[in-house]
Amino acid sequence: MPNNPKLEQTDRPWMIRTYSGHSSAQASNALYRSNLASGQTGLSVAFDLPTQTGYDSDHALARGEVGKVGVPICHIDDMATLFDQIPLDRMNTSMTINATAAWLLALYTAAAERQGVSPDQLQGTTQNDIIKEYLSRGTYVFPPEASIRMTSDVVAYTVAEIPKWNPINICSYHLQEAGATPVQEIAFAMANAVAVLDAVRARDDVPEETLGRVFGRISFFLNAGIRFVEETCKCRAMTALWGELGRERYGIDDARMLRFRYGVQVNSLGLSEAQPENNIVRIALEALGVTLSRDARTRSLQLPAWNEALGLPRPWDQQLSLRTQQILAYETDLLEYPDLFEGSHVVEALTEELLSDARGELQKVLEMGGAVSAVENAYMKQALVESHTLRIQAIERGEQSVVGVNRFEETADSPLTADGDASILKVDDSAEREQVERLLAFRSGRNDDEAKAALQGVEDCLKNGDNIMPASIRAAHAGVTTGEWADTLRRVFGEYRAPTGVGSARGTLASEGTEAVRTRVDALSETLGRRPKILVGKPGLDGHSNGAEQIAVKARDVGMEVVYDGIRLTPEEIVQSARDEGVHVVGLSILSGSHSVLVRDVLERLTKEGLGDVPVIVGGIIPDDDAAALRAAGVARIYTPKDFDLTRIMGDLVDIVGEAAR
Amino acid sequence: MSGHGSGRVERLLEGLAAGDRTAISEALNLVDDRRSEQRQAALELLDGLATRPLPHAPYRVGITGAPGAGKSSLLNALVEKLRASDAGIGIIAVDPSSQRSGGALLGDRMRLSGGARESGVFLRSMAARDRLGGLADATQAGATVLSSVFEWVFIETVGIGQSECEVAQLVDTLVFVAQPGAGDTLQFMKAGILELPDIFVVNKADTGPAAERTRGELESTLGLTASPEPGDWRPPVLLASAQDRQGIDTLLDALAEHRDQGLKSGRLEARRQSGEQAFAVDSLARRYGEYGLERIGGAQAVAQRLAAPGPRSIFAVVLELGREIERAVKPG
Repeated sequence: MPNNPKLEQTDRPWMIRTYSGHSSAQASNALYRSNLASGQTGLSVAFDLPTQTGYDSDHALARGEVGKVGVPICHIDDMATLFDQIPLDRMNTSMTINATAAWLLALYTAAAERQGVSPDQLQGTTQNDIIKEYLSRGTYVFPPEASIRMTSDVVAYTVAEIPKWNPINICSYHLQEAGATPVQEIAFAMANAVAVLDAVRARDDVPEETLGRVFGRISFFLNAGIRFVEETCKCRAMTALWGELGRERYGIDDARMLRFRYGVQVNSLGLSEAQPENNIVRIALEALGVTLSRDARTRSLQLPAWNEALGLPRPWDQQLSLRTQQILAYETDLLEYPDLFEGSHVVEALTEELLSDARGELQKVLEMGGAVSAVENAYMKQALVESHTLRIQAIERGEQSVVGVNRFEETADSPLTADGDASILKVDDSAEREQVERLLAFRSGRNDDEAKAALQGVEDCLKNGDNIMPASIRAAHAGVTTGEWADTLRRVFGEYRAPTGVGSARGTLASEGTEAVRTRVDALSETLGRRPKILVGKPGLDGHSNGAEQIAVKARDVGMEVVYDGIRLTPEEIVQSARDEGVHVVGLSILSGSHSVLVRDVLERLTKEGLGDVPVIVGGIIPDDDAAALRAAGVARIYTPKDFDLTRIMGDLVDIVGEAAR
Repeated sequence: MSGHGSGRVERLLEGLAAGDRTAISEALNLVDDRRSEQRQAALELLDGLATRPLPHAPYRVGITGAPGAGKSSLLNALVEKLRASDAGIGIIAVDPSSQRSGGALLGDRMRLSGGARESGVFLRSMAARDRLGGLADATQAGATVLSSVFEWVFIETVGIGQSECEVAQLVDTLVFVAQPGAGDTLQFMKAGILELPDIFVVNKADTGPAAERTRGELESTLGLTASPEPGDWRPPVLLASAQDRQGIDTLLDALAEHRDQGLKSGRLEARRQSGEQAFAVDSLARRYGEYGLERIGGAQAVAQRLAAPGPRSIFAVVLELGREIERAVKPG
């Protein structure tokens, strides 16, 4: 060994995927097949927001969202089209689906059965992690208890019937996107896993002896940020903590079952809109962070596109991400060696530090009743909002460097973005109309009585506590739609609204800039006769509320009164709230690409209500062309990811409200 | 900006009479406005409301309790039920202001569900501003505006002591929402506010034994502090679960009972009067101190002035008395 440290046999590379899907099942199927042809080894399905939140494409809330951030799947024909000519007995498919995971897995199983593939041959993953939806991603639908019950239904079902399936992918990914520190990422993810495992252990239909297998099927989905040394140690710490939990809390001693299996999508939070080509390097370094340590190497990797902060990536942008992985796996010598950090005091010490802090934080959450309680009492959410606030503040003050953003900002013109909006993908507006047409045709072609009976079957098992999966698979075959299935669950379980965590979040530290704006806000209050009042809301189905929350907290910290109504509002609700609350300005945040439709809708309704003089500002991933159109339609200011300086935005707000009051 | 003076006030009064939501919102903005010419218009508006007969008998309910007790979700459940009978509902929700910046985060609560947001329900959030733990200055006037339009007016506050006293003066029935768990009751007893609420609700009854235990504690504590005269109201301690929509009917029954009993015994009328007095005395004392108040004859004189007939709102009386104090303390 001293003479030749190389492995006897080079490791097999991780699963190489790209998170993708858009417009329609047909368009996404073409994309998947071309990705597979260029060497991708697994699929990762992105669903659109209506599908993720259980609405059919023709529902009022789906307007403007169909096919935007992923593929719309309303029924079994859509699912069959999505995997047309892709043999499901040989494919490994990861589905980013949560509130409606049981349903999409049912559709997938049914589509496989149509191909002649039995459930026990299927391989893949349903994300199925509802807790992080409450904390960060926002596509929850049902209350926590009902959601955990469904999660555990999927776990219990797959362990018995689809043994090669990963029924849940506990996501710490979205926690980091929401601002989590490495310690929070580790601890909250573990608390989340404990909530699921405890729920499964409490079931009558899961015998004690299968608990080891259940534990072994639980996988994780991690984030990897630019501090890649720390990220390497984070992965090592999680590997250790997971083993501890398995042995100590669940009494598992089979080493194979104790293995910490995880996939990674590297950081989107740190990708910059300014000098976007720098992201290519960031992405490669982040990928290195989660592959470097053999003992804690990711099982599958998805890399974002360099231009994600600008809009939807084109096929070429996705190819670049794919090639980055392939260079790392096939060109470098990474896979030829055992763990590089064996015997490294530095890595050991850092890992140990993360581990011990994370143990403490995990204990704290468990003592307050576990992850579900810590969602309901907003402890975790609040902690994330605070961490995120500190992060933004550090960038604003230049304490944390982001090259091209707050350091080394000078740049030559980039040929990559010279074509303006041609350097991103635009979803054809006809996609929504065509999808709705297909849905209507499907509904009129199916046997309604069969569908109705199958839905009744789903409702019955919800009420008498049977596993939801078999009835859902029957419903999938019978032509039940995504919206119908979810409506049935909404009726039985009710809809949930999670705490926003902003109400009691500690705010930013005082800074000179903040003080100056605060003084201006006080002066403006004199002019207005009361404090400036702002409504912050997220129209549409997009649940990524981090940006809106930061604006809300900052506005309070400079002395404004903020009405924050959270996510998933209809334009009608926003306008009603603006009127009832008597606000001076309306701030909208949209990241799903549905801004054009939704913002115009809000503007029109405001005018109709006689509130046309209330200025509207918009934040989100908004391409230049769209921004120009929105400004022309009357939007006062538009902010995109490059506008990281919240204090400046607050100064703008004072200007805007002051002008409107004149 | 809209115009000033009586033309605007007339228009607002008409709008309020017609239940126009834009007018309600504008009226609420006006009574919250500190600029002197706007305050004059606000007083005109409130005087107008004080003298105008209402086609309905408004009823005010305060909802208070510690943060996290589930006040908003309970209110949400109540609103759903009341909406089924088509009742008009106005809500003022008061949240604390940041002491450092003066800003506030409002509305960070269980949102009114789809149905409740229809035209029959009006929600205005207010910041308590510089009033630590108290109501917003505009709450009293805001409640007057909403009462002129809606049969039910709810005022939701975070209970941390002071606000219970103030909200108790402002409403006809005060509901205290407690959550299961030890400790709360003792704290409230210490704060001496256990005698204020008219109805106690232990929320989250779905927690079973924990809720029962808290109810038991509350009942025995109340038994110690209050020994009611015959005919007096004895505050019930109810169990409810906003999440499962349990116990909401019982709470509505208790509200109705408290109202009926108050009407019959004359207690409701007396309470409204003493509430207005307390509001007037508090406002003056806050502005001019006890010394100033004594210059015009103290709380008793305030009560007499309020009782005098005339087409004025209590707000106008407070302003008038304030001017008298200013004249009285001015040297020379």
